[in-house]
Amino acid sequence: MTELLHAMAEHLVIVTLSMAVASLIGVALGVLSYWWHRAGVVIIALAEIIQTIPSLALLALLMIIFGLGDVTLAVALILYAQLPIIRNTTTALNELDSHIIDAARGMGMSRAQRLLKVEIPLSIPMIFGGIKVALVNSLSIAVMGVLIGSGGLGYIVYRGIQQRNMGRILLGAIPVVCIALLFDYLMGKVEVRLSKHTS
Amino acid sequence: MNLTTLFLANWPAIARSLATHIMLVVVSVGLGTITAIPLGIVLTRHRRFAPAVLAVAGMIQTIPGLVMLGFALVLLGIGTVPALAVLTIYSILPILQNTYTGISEVSPAYTDAAKGIGMTAMQVLFKVELPLARETIISGIRISTVYIVSWATLAGMIGAGGMGDWIWTGLATYNTGYILIGAIPSALLAFAFSAALGGLQRLLTPRGLRRQP
Amino acid sequence: MIEFRNVTKRYGAVTVLDDVSFTIKSGEFVVVIGPSGCGKTTTLRTINRLIEPKPGTVFIDGKDVTLQSGVELRRSIGYVIQQIGLFPNMTVEENIAVVPKLLKYPPEECRTIVHDLLALVNMPWDEYAHKYPNQLSGGQQQRIGVLRALAASPPIVLMDEPFGALDPVTREGLQEEVKRIQKKLKKTIVFVTHDMDEALRLADTIIFMDKGKILQMASPEEMLHKPADTLIKNFLGRHIEEETPSAPKRAEEFMKKRVYTVNENVKTLQSIERMRKREVNSLVVIDDEERYLGTVSIEEIKRRGKAGRAVSEYLNTDTLTVNRNSDAKEALDKLLASTENYVIVLNDDRSVAGIITRTSTAKALGEALWGEIEA
Repeated sequence: MTELLHAMAEHLVIVTLSMAVASLIGVALGVLSYWWHRAGVVIIALAEIIQTIPSLALLALLMIIFGLGDVTLAVALILYAQLPIIRNTTTALNELDSHIIDAARGMGMSRAQRLLKVEIPLSIPMIFGGIKVALVNSLSIAVMGVLIGSGGLGYIVYRGIQQRNMGRILLGAIPVVCIALLFDYLMGKVEVRLSKHTS
Repeated sequence: MNLTTLFLANWPAIARSLATHIMLVVVSVGLGTITAIPLGIVLTRHRRFAPAVLAVAGMIQTIPGLVMLGFALVLLGIGTVPALAVLTIYSILPILQNTYTGISEVSPAYTDAAKGIGMTAMQVLFKVELPLARETIISGIRISTVYIVSWATLAGMIGAGGMGDWIWTGLATYNTGYILIGAIPSALLAFAFSAALGGLQRLLTPRGLRRQP
Repeated sequence: MIEFRNVTKRYGAVTVLDDVSFTIKSGEFVVVIGPSGCGKTTTLRTINRLIEPKPGTVFIDGKDVTLQSGVELRRSIGYVIQQIGLFPNMTVEENIAVVPKLLKYPPEECRTIVHDLLALVNMPWDEYAHKYPNQLSGGQQQRIGVLRALAASPPIVLMDEPFGALDPVTREGLQEEVKRIQKKLKKTIVFVTHDMDEALRLADTIIFMDKGKILQMASPEEMLHKPADTLIKNFLGRHIEEETPSAPKRAEEFMKKRVYTVNENVKTLQSIERMRKREVNSLVVIDDEERYLGTVSIEEIKRRGKAGRAVSEYLNTDTLTVNRNSDAKEALDKLLASTENYVIVLNDDRSVAGIITRTSTAKALGEALWGEIEA
């Protein structure tokens, strides 16, 4: 039991920390894509390519660079999280009502002020939606961390597989699926609430 | 060992792995497609079941690949068939979802007009709904294929072969060369499938529906 | 011929059609109109069995429509909807030929049909046949929508607010076109709209519906003159006032009232003096009872006049006159036909009421058009 709780805690810590970092990077790149359309095309194409790389292949390749351990898993999760976060950020910013931006400009706000005071706050629901997708995916991908020496629920699952023990596999799998569905549900609720505030 | 020499020394085996990998993808996505499209069509005819079916399919999607392969290993044993079973189940959801959405999003104006001018239910489906939903359905197949190329690397774990074998060996022995031999072609394979289906999607989009330049 | 016999349609507790019966003759242009939710679209969709007529029966040419399969039936009836519904994955040609192809017409015949129909609406085949719907304007799309309905030469065409989404100018153009095509090809058209202008413009017969019942089925003229219900009257609205023939304008409306008269016994010099003062060339001569006798002009007196004679001796009795209540047109006709500059308007007792001059006519017309005019 303590083993399970420990594994769950580890799983959650790696995923949430990775997503925190991924969100900062993703939103920044999303803003960059919004400000500078040409760069945006390249950034999104790169994120799409990363998304296409099979997860085992990406983990293995990253392991060559970062070695065995949590860091490699975290880097993989951050990379995989980029596409949904960047895409939602730029889409949200691009779809903002141009009158609002005109108004902000008319009040004499600088580009940075517009971004922080008007554009980002209005885009929060959609950005949050992107983070939700990334986080739910990450919970599932993180199970594979065990293959490159990281911990979490994947460890329990993998031991179960090695022992051909269905019970142990389920012991690791059920929390993963439940946590993923729970996050999906709760963050979905938050997303709805956020969008009520902005629209 | 130098990567080039490693590659040259092993290329027949690498080619076999690649062929196996492609086979796993094509067979499972093929089976998934012929299951998912009719199922999606049926769902559009019985909409009350759609939310439940799509929710279950979505839940299956959140089960990590490693776990699903573990199930297959324990329940069905080692080999190609268990791997194909898992991959097929995985491939269904995106195609099912896109078939359902694609057909549901066909404007009632078209289906009403089609019915009104005397098309049978089958004609409405094949002449109007499916052509108009085609782009969305193919995009579902594309998403599915990219997933399956990825999950198929895991199939090596249960003895189904594929490029995953090289990565597994590389990870187990901490051999960079093996990792690269497995990882790079599998990534390239994913790009190739994605690009090919993207091309097919554009090609099959009826001209009247293509975005005007 | 289309006949509805006691057709009722209920959705749960809502009655959409309430025991509706009517007959449409072949070759008739029938417009079904009414407020939204009145059952007009349901009526239309019952004809081609997109909605089943139950209970009740719909007959086409005496045959119960339910005896035929819905699909077969619909292939023999044209159908045009407001959202146009041209299939975006098919070219103009393919869209028009859909029904002929469903009916397995040979390809050459399909091509001929497309050619002929495009010619009917002046859209050259070379230019339009291979375009896709999204390359056409809304009006062009709906033209093709109409052609698609006509392609298999169905005797009956159903149109459900086909022009509702078009701008007024395009709409009017298409209305004319449809009316022309209907006359030319002798189709029976059942046309649903909520626009009374459209109904009056197109219909041979208007069916006015409300709450699932027919309030009135009549020709446009009859509906205008005898609307059977206040709701219909409201729908007709401005048309009723507009169509009421205004009483013909009377002569008095064009005259100016100030007329310079002179008694027949006034002497020539005095009359000339009066003309100078008033800056006119002639005066209207009246007797002691103020009845009109004629006119006298300054030229006439200068030419033949002698001092001390009464103006009655130089009377011109050929001057044009009209009764004040007579049709103004008569006065204007007279004025225009002659070289005279005025027409005298008389009261019933032949006393002088006024005078119509070219200036007074222009002023009256101006006022009729633009209101009060300074002059």
